[in-house]
Amino acid sequence: MQYIPNILFVIALVLGIGYFTKNVRKLIRNIRLGKDVDRSDNKSERFKHMARIALGQSKMVKRPIAGFLHVIVYVGFIIINIEVLEIIIDGIFGTHRIFAFLGGFYDFLIGSFEILALLVLVSVIVFWARRNILNIARFKSLKGWPKNDGNIILYFEVVLMGLFLTMNAADLQLQELGADHYIKAGAYPVSQFITPIFDGMSQGTVFMIERAAWWLHILGILIFLNYLYFSKHLHILLAFPNTYYANLKPQGQFDNLEAVTNEVKLMMDPSADPFAAAPEGEEEAEPEKFGASDVADLNWVQLLNAYTCTECGRCTSECPANQTGKKLSPRKIMMDTRDRMEEVGKNIDKNGSFVDDGKQLLNDYITAEELWACTSCNACVEACPVSINPLSIIMDMRRYLVMEQSAAPSDLNNMMSNVENNGAPWPFNQMDRLNWSKE
Amino acid sequence: MAEYMAEGKQPEVLFWVGCAGSFDDRAKKITKAFVKLLHNANVDFAVLGTEESCTGDPAKRAGNEFLFQMQAVTNIEVMNAYEVKKVVTACPHCFNTIKNEYPSLGGDYQVMHHTQFLKSLLEEGRLKVEGGKFKGKRITFHDPCYLGRANNVYEAPRDLLRKLEAELVEMKNCKKKGLCCGAGGAQMFKEPEPGNKDVNIERTEQALETKPDIIAAGCPFCNTMMTDGVKNKEKEDSIEVLDVAELIANAKDL
Repeated sequence: MQYIPNILFVIALVLGIGYFTKNVRKLIRNIRLGKDVDRSDNKSERFKHMARIALGQSKMVKRPIAGFLHVIVYVGFIIINIEVLEIIIDGIFGTHRIFAFLGGFYDFLIGSFEILALLVLVSVIVFWARRNILNIARFKSLKGWPKNDGNIILYFEVVLMGLFLTMNAADLQLQELGADHYIKAGAYPVSQFITPIFDGMSQGTVFMIERAAWWLHILGILIFLNYLYFSKHLHILLAFPNTYYANLKPQGQFDNLEAVTNEVKLMMDPSADPFAAAPEGEEEAEPEKFGASDVADLNWVQLLNAYTCTECGRCTSECPANQTGKKLSPRKIMMDTRDRMEEVGKNIDKNGSFVDDGKQLLNDYITAEELWACTSCNACVEACPVSINPLSIIMDMRRYLVMEQSAAPSDLNNMMSNVENNGAPWPFNQMDRLNWSKE
Repeated sequence: MAEYMAEGKQPEVLFWVGCAGSFDDRAKKITKAFVKLLHNANVDFAVLGTEESCTGDPAKRAGNEFLFQMQAVTNIEVMNAYEVKKVVTACPHCFNTIKNEYPSLGGDYQVMHHTQFLKSLLEEGRLKVEGGKFKGKRITFHDPCYLGRANNVYEAPRDLLRKLEAELVEMKNCKKKGLCCGAGGAQMFKEPEPGNKDVNIERTEQALETKPDIIAAGCPFCNTMMTDGVKNKEKEDSIEVLDVAELIANAKDL
């Protein structure tokens, strides 16, 4: 009978981690719906990029208030996870504060966890106020699920930190009461102020409170872990691969479509036979689709970007089109991409493979009006704290509009026919190019 | 360029004039100012003249990769035939395209923006920059997206402006956070989508906040957008929009 808690703990752990793993596999499958793009180069530079931007939060602090608070929550999250390791070991083996043998260092650890927990609590409350009370456009514009999602995460963190401190406070009381198992260990700079609440309670009651807080804390963490997949909060994991696989080339360098290069080469080659049949034994290759109208036309890094986006809205607040009232919002581009990817994923779950649902990313999620409002200025790319590139998706979708559908705005069609015929975007004669030198 | 080739010589640099620099009345003045500076510094340069064609930037940004690559391949064939090594241009769009997007199509050149090139002439002592009539004037520099964020060139134009002994003032959005003028991504050639303001007006307002005498630009398209913005605010009598090359050439009374 005495092993029941251990068994329950292991079951909870296996279920929690098992369900999370299942969803991670789904996530990886969905990301792999994207086209291949080679990001296996420059490993050391990629590591540095990741270390600086994800680990070092270098872009977060560009906005000092949000950045500073985020660093606290981030450091708190990582450090307090050392405590979770102890909880897991204790839970499996029925021990209590297994790391207590570390002595003075243990006191230091627990003491710093408590201070961090308090700082996280304060930061999270400020975050909540920023989202719900202060008039911050990038949060105010969120409605429905994205707004609730942001708040749910904050409530989770408040509850988890609260449980952590309650657990420690009750533990301290039990230590002072000399309860069995509760050896004197740890320093409690914060929870010592909660402990007086337990004065006058029986040892049994305090024990129940301590156990309840302990269990709810670890179960809360497992639930939170599984919440990630359904939430914008995936960035706490995906920020690392996302920055690692980010584009390291100059932001102004857009990729040259290889399929087009092949076509152009063929056109330029005087000996090429446009009517040539496919070589013996090879199937006639289906012509590649130019640009993107749905998620499967994007590459896997763009899809990883969509899962990584935490909807902070810095991109949209820097976007010149958005600032001047146009419909384009780079954050919406990323959110739409993820929503459509999830929809396609569920379609695959249901049918085994994707069955046409009569919908696509273009028009059903992102309209041409949004796409044409972009100035390709890269402000969104620069603003993103985790190296997401909304511009690349916009460009790929413009390519589809122009090269597959010939659906450019008429002004642009004029510009392009001028380039084609006169070698300039305006209707001037190429032979007049040097006239400036004679004026 | 053809003449150099015929004589079996190579110029020091090819000046890529660009469509705006060749055809746009305002941008032609920038072209001429830059050429005066090149002559002044005794730079042996050539232009492609009628053999130059659009780099394909607006086509690519509009989504027409096909047209872009046709333009690119044509230009690359011309430049490779003339064995071009080094290119300078006063247009950040041409600069970005030739520098970043031509290499994988077979066009590898050392490409410089004219502000970078002028700065190198200054450092080599071939060009002298003095304040002249701009001494003590308040100048704010508008970062072109395709020079700044796209290619991380922020200091070359500013270093040149400082040499004018002018008071360089920054807008609230500058360098990495610079706000677009509204022309990029082929927007120059179309009407903007419905909204509550034009991007160039927003940017001009930011520039006016610095109370400048001169708004300095490094891109013919930004120049047009900012000039229109200043006119819209009816400030064209008190505020000039000038390219960095024009400022230096004017200071030297060229």
